[in-house]
Amino acid sequence: MNKLYIFLKYFFIVVWTVFVVAPFLWALTTSFKDFQSVNGGVTYIPWVDFEPNLEGWKVLIKSPAKGGVDIIEPYFNSLFVTCTASLISIILGTLSAYALSRYTFKAGFVKNNDITFFFISQRIMPPIVLSIPFFLFLSSINLLDSLTGLIVVYIVLLMPIAVWIMVDFFNKVPREIDETALIDGCNPYQAFLKVVLPNSIPGLIVAGMFCIIFGWIDFFFAFILTFTEVQLLPVKIVALNSSVTPWWSLSASALVSVAPLIIVAFIVERYLSKGNLSGAIK
Amino acid sequence: MDLVANNLSYKPDDQYHLNEVSFNFKEGNLYTILGRTLSGKTTLLKTIAGLLTPDSGEIEFDGKNFLKVPVWERNVAMVYQQFINYPHLNVFENIAFPLKQRKIDQSIIKEKVMDALKSVGLLGYENRKIQELSGGQQQRVSLARSLVKNAKILLLDEPLVNLDYKLREQLREEFKNLFSKGLADETILIYSTTDPRETMELNGEVIVLDEGKILQVGPAKEIFENPNSLKVAEISNDPPMNIIEAKISDNQIRFEGIDVEAPQHLSKLTEDGLKIGLRSSDIELNENGHEFEVELAEISGSETLLHLKRGDTKIIVSIEEVLNFKIHDKVKINFKIDRAYAFHADGKLASSPFGGLNG
Repeated sequence: MNKLYIFLKYFFIVVWTVFVVAPFLWALTTSFKDFQSVNGGVTYIPWVDFEPNLEGWKVLIKSPAKGGVDIIEPYFNSLFVTCTASLISIILGTLSAYALSRYTFKAGFVKNNDITFFFISQRIMPPIVLSIPFFLFLSSINLLDSLTGLIVVYIVLLMPIAVWIMVDFFNKVPREIDETALIDGCNPYQAFLKVVLPNSIPGLIVAGMFCIIFGWIDFFFAFILTFTEVQLLPVKIVALNSSVTPWWSLSASALVSVAPLIIVAFIVERYLSKGNLSGAIK
Repeated sequence: MDLVANNLSYKPDDQYHLNEVSFNFKEGNLYTILGRTLSGKTTLLKTIAGLLTPDSGEIEFDGKNFLKVPVWERNVAMVYQQFINYPHLNVFENIAFPLKQRKIDQSIIKEKVMDALKSVGLLGYENRKIQELSGGQQQRVSLARSLVKNAKILLLDEPLVNLDYKLREQLREEFKNLFSKGLADETILIYSTTDPRETMELNGEVIVLDEGKILQVGPAKEIFENPNSLKVAEISNDPPMNIIEAKISDNQIRFEGIDVEAPQHLSKLTEDGLKIGLRSSDIELNENGHEFEVELAEISGSETLLHLKRGDTKIIVSIEEVLNFKIHDKVKINFKIDRAYAFHADGKLASSPFGGLNG
């Protein structure tokens, strides 16, 4: 019985691993193929089935003049915009969430829950609805086709996520902890920074992860709000597509664009496995 | 340094949480706030701490308007009924937190924290995580954190209520020792509880609170002997005092077809609507007594609580041994009637076996 259990356990682990890893391996091998190897029947193993070459990768760094699509600058643009917007969203979102969780706001019929819903409702609308006001807004303040403009728009998109996650998190942190900090001589800012925030790291990590993911994968707004001066990675990758689909360079760009998310996932997983996400607050 | 409150009221919704509360607490004394759940005990403590601002009224401490001092400058300490500590800090850091906040020298902090750990019996635990401690130990940590500050006002909000029976007994003993050890010399200790037994054991000045109103103030003994009203008698006894509607005439107390000879302190009360109060421990089983029917028998610890009924009169009797009864059993009981209280129809104390409020 026990042996069967162990066998089944490892069996499913192996099956699941193959299921998860296979697409990456496939993308990796494909990125080293040429037209012939992709279209000439099924090939898997480099040097045996096909002769690997670096053409797919070279396209990504060659300048357009030499027939390539230079993704290096868009890549760093994307990293910069995502990280900056996520950081600002987390800071603003956490502060708003703390206020919404601890203080009572009232303006006519508008109360705390309505304000929280207002934040979340920003994500209910389909992007296309938002694109027109965003476009007009950015053009009126001369920030179309700029990194700053994109950061502003991404903050609007990401902050609701941070607020939503953190309000819920702060509501689970007992108020008595803040009160004890006040009694122990902290002013309200110190109570937040020295006591509430250190106990909210798990929530901050989850919120940060979601912000980074949603910022990094956005194509739509990056496409609508930028033209020539500034480009982000997802938009640039689409530019790869021509009359003959270049599977090799698409695979290579898929791998480089998924890499930051995998790194984020590993960091969070490390943190999770240390057991730090649970038990901080009883 | 006195803590004086004048007509504190707090009414956040339809109900008063505090209703015209006034008191004068003196340093070096222990004050026990006794009241049922939701009677306003926590509200009162939070108001003293500064976490709540009353709608009206004043608090003065050391002659200064306390309401103008923010919480973090009040130098109070508070222990909550939930075991509140800082989960991200270990035991030592938790206790050191209020001292670090005051920017005290590191070596002095260490010395003081160790002293506090010693006085709550947690030496050797300083590097533990809070989550690794039991409930009783967590509560000791928060007690140590409140002791280490040398606060002028120490607030304990039902500190034992979430602990199991044995720990509660043990920690209550330790509290009594701590309080009597001169800690209290220049501290105002305010302890809130729902438990009459705890109140009597702590033996401080008792404030009976109900629906945000102070019903009676006095030493524990005085509250026990001469509760000034039916409500206080109910709140300050566990199980609550039995209340029997009776008539007194011809020197006899009459109810449910029973005649009991009235003791001297009750014999002259012949008014209508009189209520007789008798503690559950002042009724005993007796072969020659009056017959009652068992409604419920609970065994709690080493005593049995009998819920009895005769006609419309329901009473609770506590017996100092474990006995088994069935529902609808008939039992015979006797009243130690010379220990009975009498209350007027409006609930005010009419007569007490201890001589009444001025006796």
